[in-house]
Amino acid sequence: MEMDILKEMESLRREIDSAFKGFGMGSFLEPSFLPGMGLKRFPQINVAQDKDNVYVEALVPGVEAKDLDLTVMRGVLSLTGERKEETGPQRTWHRRERGHGKFMRTVDLSCDVDADKIVAKFSNGVLLVTMPIQEKAKPKKISVKTH
Amino acid sequence: MGQKDISVRGGRELEGREQSHDLFIRPAVDIFETDEGLTLMADLPGVGKEDLNVDIEQGLLTVQAKAKTNLHAEPRQREFLPGHFYRQFQLAEIFDAERISAEMKNGVLTLHVPKSEAAKPRHIEITAS
Repeated sequence: MEMDILKEMESLRREIDSAFKGFGMGSFLEPSFLPGMGLKRFPQINVAQDKDNVYVEALVPGVEAKDLDLTVMRGVLSLTGERKEETGPQRTWHRRERGHGKFMRTVDLSCDVDADKIVAKFSNGVLLVTMPIQEKAKPKKISVKTH
Repeated sequence: MGQKDISVRGGRELEGREQSHDLFIRPAVDIFETDEGLTLMADLPGVGKEDLNVDIEQGLLTVQAKAKTNLHAEPRQREFLPGHFYRQFQLAEIFDAERISAEMKNGVLTLHVPKSEAAKPRHIEITAS
């Protein structure tokens, strides 16, 4: 029986996982969300903007919507939450890369948003927050007149 | 980066990647074993049930998924890119690949691979004579 377990651990180790590890692309394109929460920021966030809205997309797999908390104050969005660990009977770990625990991230929106019209959608472990930019914060076009 | 840099550094492999225009991401996983079997949990944010492909062939488990993004506006700050999730694992023969079960919830895939009956640990009662 002991032999069997050793064999199994050995074969797990032979995992073919370096084959597609973002080679040649530099650190910017490193595999996302990897490995261990202590090494990378969690959750990972993309920020985008068009003329009407600021969008924040955060990767929060394994987090329940009720465990997420969003606040906006003075042009800063903060996202806090907790990824809970599932506990169970006696286990032997072979890989433990996902991590769990409390997290917090802040995003400087660098413009005034309309706090009452913010929409946050959560699906498949991805949170998408859409924040309308206030009218007064939008760039104004000034026409130049000639005499 | 200019075209020149790519051809100098790239060689054949990079050219092949360029054609697919896809980025492969190795998902973070937790794998643990109990008396009953093996459980694998993989973080696949943005992946729905329909975008996921799990198959097993001769003990080689392959997890593949396509992540979608809803963000199409001008990016300001970027920490991740949408791409293909891809990772393979070799399973030992003591696991019963026929009875594997998979569940997808909140962007986390959970796979259960039970051990075959013969491989389960058995407690042996010792009787005093």
